[in-house]
Amino acid sequence: MTVKNPSATRSNLFITLTRFREFGIILIILILAVLVGLRAPVFLTLGNFRDILLDISILVIVALAQTMVIITHGIDLSVGSSIGLVAMMVAFIIKANPHISLVLVVLLGMALGAVLGSFNGLIIAIGKVPPIIATLGTLSIYRGMVFLYSQGYWVPSYQLPDAFKMLSKGTLLGVPNIIIYAIIVAILVYYFLNYTHAGRDIYAVGSNPDAAQYVGIRKQRIIFLVYVLTGIAAGLAGVLWASRFESSQTNTALGFELQTVAASIVGGVSISGGVGTVPGVLLGALLLGMINNSVTLVRISPFWEQAAQGLLILIAVVSDILILRRIQRAKSK
Amino acid sequence: MSEYVLELKNIAKRFGGVEVLHGVSFGLRPGEVHALLGENGAGKSTLIKVISGIHQPDGGEIYLNDKRVHFDDPLQARQAGIAAIYQELSLCLDLNVAENIFLGRQPTRLGGRIDWHKLYQEANRLLTSLGVHLDLRTRARNLSIAQMQSVEIARAFSLNARILIMDEPTSSLTLSEVADLFALVRRLRDEGTAIIFISHRLEELFEVADRVTVLRDGSYVDTRLVKDVSRDELVRLMVGRTISNLFPKQDVKAGEIALKVDHLTHTGIFEDISFELRRGEILGMAGLVGAGRTDVARAIFGVVPPTSGTIQVEGRQVEITSPQQAISLGLAYVPEDRQLHGLIPAMNITANITLPILKEYARRGWLQDKAERSAAFSAARQMEVRANSIWQIARTLSGGNQQKVVLAKWLSTKPRILILDEPTRGIDVGTKAAVHALMSNLAAEGIAILMISSELPEVLGMSDRILVMHEGHMTGHFSRAEATQEKIISAATQTITTGRAM
Amino acid sequence: MKESTVSSTAEPQSQPVNQISMSAPKKSFLAHFQRWEWMLVLLVVLAIVINSRLTPYFLNAQNLSRTSADFMELGLMMLPMVFIIITGNIDLSVASNLGMCASFMAVLWNLHIDIWVAAGAALLLGTLAGAFNGFLIARVKLPALVATLGTYAFFRGIAYVLLGDQAGRGYPPAFTYIGQGKIPGTLIPFSVGLFVVMAVIFGLVLHRTTFGRYIFAIGNNENACIYAGVPVARIKLIIYTVSGFMAALAGLVLAARFGSTRPDIGTGLELSVITAAVLGGVDINGGIGTMPGAVLSLLLIGLVTFGMGLKNVQDQVQTIAIGSLLILSILIASIARTISAGGVRLNWRTVGLAAVFIVIFGAFFFFFFWSRAPVLKSVFG
Repeated sequence: MTVKNPSATRSNLFITLTRFREFGIILIILILAVLVGLRAPVFLTLGNFRDILLDISILVIVALAQTMVIITHGIDLSVGSSIGLVAMMVAFIIKANPHISLVLVVLLGMALGAVLGSFNGLIIAIGKVPPIIATLGTLSIYRGMVFLYSQGYWVPSYQLPDAFKMLSKGTLLGVPNIIIYAIIVAILVYYFLNYTHAGRDIYAVGSNPDAAQYVGIRKQRIIFLVYVLTGIAAGLAGVLWASRFESSQTNTALGFELQTVAASIVGGVSISGGVGTVPGVLLGALLLGMINNSVTLVRISPFWEQAAQGLLILIAVVSDILILRRIQRAKSK
Repeated sequence: MSEYVLELKNIAKRFGGVEVLHGVSFGLRPGEVHALLGENGAGKSTLIKVISGIHQPDGGEIYLNDKRVHFDDPLQARQAGIAAIYQELSLCLDLNVAENIFLGRQPTRLGGRIDWHKLYQEANRLLTSLGVHLDLRTRARNLSIAQMQSVEIARAFSLNARILIMDEPTSSLTLSEVADLFALVRRLRDEGTAIIFISHRLEELFEVADRVTVLRDGSYVDTRLVKDVSRDELVRLMVGRTISNLFPKQDVKAGEIALKVDHLTHTGIFEDISFELRRGEILGMAGLVGAGRTDVARAIFGVVPPTSGTIQVEGRQVEITSPQQAISLGLAYVPEDRQLHGLIPAMNITANITLPILKEYARRGWLQDKAERSAAFSAARQMEVRANSIWQIARTLSGGNQQKVVLAKWLSTKPRILILDEPTRGIDVGTKAAVHALMSNLAAEGIAILMISSELPEVLGMSDRILVMHEGHMTGHFSRAEATQEKIISAATQTITTGRAM
Repeated sequence: MKESTVSSTAEPQSQPVNQISMSAPKKSFLAHFQRWEWMLVLLVVLAIVINSRLTPYFLNAQNLSRTSADFMELGLMMLPMVFIIITGNIDLSVASNLGMCASFMAVLWNLHIDIWVAAGAALLLGTLAGAFNGFLIARVKLPALVATLGTYAFFRGIAYVLLGDQAGRGYPPAFTYIGQGKIPGTLIPFSVGLFVVMAVIFGLVLHRTTFGRYIFAIGNNENACIYAGVPVARIKLIIYTVSGFMAALAGLVLAARFGSTRPDIGTGLELSVITAAVLGGVDINGGIGTMPGAVLSLLLIGLVTFGMGLKNVQDQVQTIAIGSLLILSILIASIARTISAGGVRLNWRTVGLAAVFIVIFGAFFFFFFWSRAPVLKSVFG
């Protein structure tokens, strides 16, 4: 029996079309690069590129985790608050123990983040609270906890040891540490999502949770896992944030979660789950970083910065979705 | 050692105080295709859900290979070798064919790293052994329903399912896909798998099943060898009475032209469709699934307007851009998929029936409860909807009754042109006959009816004229007198000059 | 496979045709009270009781009057949000829209334009902004979350472009009246009166008109609505436009209440608006919700916040309480549903897991307070 399969003859075209999904973002990136480069040639220098990468390193780390959450058809709006809370706690701990081992600090930050994430995971996976509501709640709770913890005080830069600052600012072979951390995380997440059962289960749960459960995938565990992973990422990000910006305040990373969601969406992750790739998210973060960077370079008044950012995010999201729709329509013919 | 691989003894099941299965006993032999037959509400679905672990019985026992078993969830049933394929396919649409087959069990190398090469190899081997040819890297989303089913069957097979349950697998398949499916089913049977097969199409049972068990109103009626039973007898067992006429067609003199379609085209989907529909006429639209018939209907109804061509309603040329407009022009469309497009599942019968003409039960926007309720009530009563009250939530009705609600909804818009898309799909024989009788009556009242159907007996039995479509083109036009099954099939599977042979 | 699939769910013993009843099934007396709204009533009563025990300042009419005005901007934006969420969508841009419109008015005012003209222009801007959202969602068919995420950033950006580092201030008393004034002869703030009128209008539309029926239908099955001739796209456009208008209106009230305007006005309010709606029983997945419930939840949030304020709980800590309230309400409903459906299986594994988590969270809190002690001591002594 031969099951007639129209896509068999088109599989080569198909593979090209999948690449096309990232092709759309690449196209937008190139267009933006050209436009900005014309106005401010310094945009196209390696040094500037390095600055962009520096800017987005923390975003990459958290956006990759957010992507895993979105693939399971969830969302984590509390990452910004988690980052702020961990950053504050870590800053306090370092101030009280200036000679503490950096490795311990990083591990501690990730552990704290894991606890915050596991609370999300519990109420979402076991408590069956919809992710948007749950993380909306923890967004408020964790942000409030930052103030509860610090009582309004914040650790000034000169009270943080240099070693801590070098955690993110130091370089290895000329590449700033923080970029290296982002690369490592990207590699780990790529491997996880493509070469482990748990990673593939994330896609299954997001695509068809009932089917996943039917074949024995522990849906609750997977959902719990992605929120813990996001918590860990936020914890790491919190440590790096405090290190990079040499401070931590009550409004640290306020609103950051939306950037991680934007990076994911622009990077081709579907808000309804089941779809998303690491390269896509990296490109999405890159585009956001380029937007931020170009807005400063083109010397738009700082007040235009936010508006330009918002508009460009809107354009990027709309065109990405429109391009995707065009691909879908082509595929279904 | 019993002859049965699966035996159910006195299974009872209650839902909230209402008993839906009364002491059903049933035996399944290894290496047989066993059909399960019964009207909607007879309990077939509930029974197979008990077998596959979705429901737990309130009484009775289940024996698997003579051992008493109890399944707390579908996973346990699956682990015991029972696999079920439902109409809502359980594939992960964003993953590819190979991964869907080995969902959750991708082969790994040392250290836990997924071995993609081995995955594709194994999947290929499995599909080939079943005689299925598919591109392993295709996303499940891009497969046809028939292809998705073969993937599900392949998955069940790879999970060593000794018992396979199939719930109405053929309702969305073309004739040749059905033939392919049956070939696959027979292959599995020959390997010793026992298959429970539910279908409302009696012809299919005679083609593929070995034995058939009939349920009626939650009780076991009888089990017979398919070769020893006749179609009428089966119907009698199912319904408890004889249905004299499944296709009660009245002779109606066709009136003036109600709908005229000329060179209707939607680039890439259908092309150059032209036909006339007169008052009192039933025009059947036959063709394979995917021929474009529903797309034509949706174009006429304004859901997806055509790219070119003209539509004339009652002599006036119109451009229909929305269902709202279509309704105001006297059109009504009973969609193919009542779940998706026909009903609001969480709302009650009343709200469902009055939705298209809600404005008529409102004064300047304010809802008039009493008027709405009595209108819905008479519509429901007229359609003989079986439910506790018009406050019942649509989701809890059986398929046949849901279809009646959808029909009641559209009939209350007092249409002059009625488009029915697969009106009796997934409906039991008793309700089918009722729907056909209704169609006849409506035609007699002067309503013009366009009936899209993939069931040839229905097309032949109910239509005054028959249009056939194939891959977006009209390939046949027959009158009631000259139409035969062969002519229709031949037109439906015709090769076109693009050289795409079926 | 799903339990709630249509044709496979058991049909209750259906009665013969001519006995299909037109009257509603009789519900037991208790069943009537199993609604979410009654739980809210209970919580409101509880809050009132607790508050009045906590402090004598609670039952003070002046205090109540002043505090109630604090929530009216929230309330005004919540009314259309209820509609939007019931249709299965969301609007994350309301607070940014509020900021943009308030800033626009401030700019015009600083240019010496008559305050009422400026206010009118602001309302117009907000309405257009809402229509823009509606266009993206209803015509371009972007997912609502994504579209309003973008406008959330964009509108706030425009607010900064408009007002920059200036501020709007010195509004005439006629204008600040809408935020600070009281209805003549009573202690009821004007904004509260405004809200009540709006709430009644929105509530009636939602529950007693065809438009409202369509809203619920769309939230339940949008496709079926399209086929039934419901003007889905137009309805979506309308609700987002109205949301924009109400955001602008809330912006006016807020600016009037503060007496001044900065571009960051109203930042973060969208989360409180959504919280209020969801706490009010509006299901985030669409199709379910009532206006009385939403108003009750607003009342509850107001009471809880007020009580905390009277006990001098810091603002930021109050957000912890509101966030917890949101989560708890859904959690409790979820637990109630699980229990009534068959209960939880208590075995050693579940107990063990629970114990592990209790230990982990306990350790976290211990660490929380222990690690900050040395620093706080050195700073605050």
